[in-house]
Amino acid sequence: MSLRLAFCGILLLAIAAGAAGLAFGESGLEHPRWQGHGIAPPAKDFPLPEIVSGYWFRTKETQAIQDDDFNNPGFFAIEQGEELWSKPDGAAGKSCASCHQDAAATMKGVGAAMPKWSAKLEKPVNLEQQINICRGERMQAAPWEFGSAELTAMTTYVRFQSRGMPVNVRIDGPMAPWFDRGKELYHTRNGQLDLACANCHERNYGKYLRADFLSQGQSNGFPVYRLREQRLVPLHERMEGCIFDVRGIPYPPLSDEAVALELYLAWRGTGLPVETPAVRN
Amino acid sequence: MAEFKPRIRLDKKEVKKGETVDVKTLVSHIMETGFRHDPDGKLIPRMIINTFTSELNGKFVFGCDLESAVSANPYFEFKFKPEESGTLKFTWIDDEGVRIEATETITVT
Repeated sequence: MSLRLAFCGILLLAIAAGAAGLAFGESGLEHPRWQGHGIAPPAKDFPLPEIVSGYWFRTKETQAIQDDDFNNPGFFAIEQGEELWSKPDGAAGKSCASCHQDAAATMKGVGAAMPKWSAKLEKPVNLEQQINICRGERMQAAPWEFGSAELTAMTTYVRFQSRGMPVNVRIDGPMAPWFDRGKELYHTRNGQLDLACANCHERNYGKYLRADFLSQGQSNGFPVYRLREQRLVPLHERMEGCIFDVRGIPYPPLSDEAVALELYLAWRGTGLPVETPAVRN
Repeated sequence: MAEFKPRIRLDKKEVKKGETVDVKTLVSHIMETGFRHDPDGKLIPRMIINTFTSELNGKFVFGCDLESAVSANPYFEFKFKPEESGTLKFTWIDDEGVRIEATETITVT
């Protein structure tokens, strides 16, 4: 009888310990769950088995900030962009709105298809460059410096008009050599750490790099509000950051290399919805 | 620094007495910590919002002191039970003494 009681006691203890262990496990930090949130790649020989937005590689707390436009501090830049849109600048006395009227109608889908071929310049231009081309040619205003609050706000505002629309860039015709160049840069090892973009974002996404959770390095949310910088960060600045981190010499923003890489990155995210202004860590 | 209008959102603007209202606020501010250096090695002076208060008809509802560790564009969310209808006034004060203000009306039935 007493033996039986003792046995029951041990059993109870074991159950209690098991329950405690379970509770301890649950109290740990939650691991981001990106699996099952991807979209199918457009072709069979696509470099990724599924295309997943950086959103799904972030914690649920970071996702929550992006989910609610009220909480998303990136919307301060949208407000600024909206203000600048109809504010005349330069010798021609024109604003963006003088030619393009209502951004919500005229800019819809524009951001999702950049970088785009410019027949005049005979090279692809991205959104930042196009904004400055407009400022120079039509408004006769000084170009905004890369990284300035104005240029980033306008880029964000224009790209925001395409929010939810699938990323779709043209890589055929004259764009083909630029695409190949971007692909080459993406797979070229760089810096003292001797790492290519692909080493992290193609072969090891979904794993930890120190405390950071590696995403596929998709560009669909740019410019993004980074919690680290506490401001909107344009894509070329983010690429500089990555290359700096592998102790390489970054491509200057808006350089041919940076635009080629932007084109290739956009293609890698073909079909992903534009999330600008996304929130990332 | 008040470049942008602060954002205020109440989950409901008309409440029955005793009901809880959920208030969310977001204000744009650089919140320079005072610990960073510029490229020449000089200390960038501290420039943060140091006080946040909200009052209903002049009566204190919620407030706090902020320190250097608070990130840019501070976000606050709080709940309270309004006793009377009136104007909810929010004030943010930064190190230069600039006051950022916003108001929201609330009806208690």
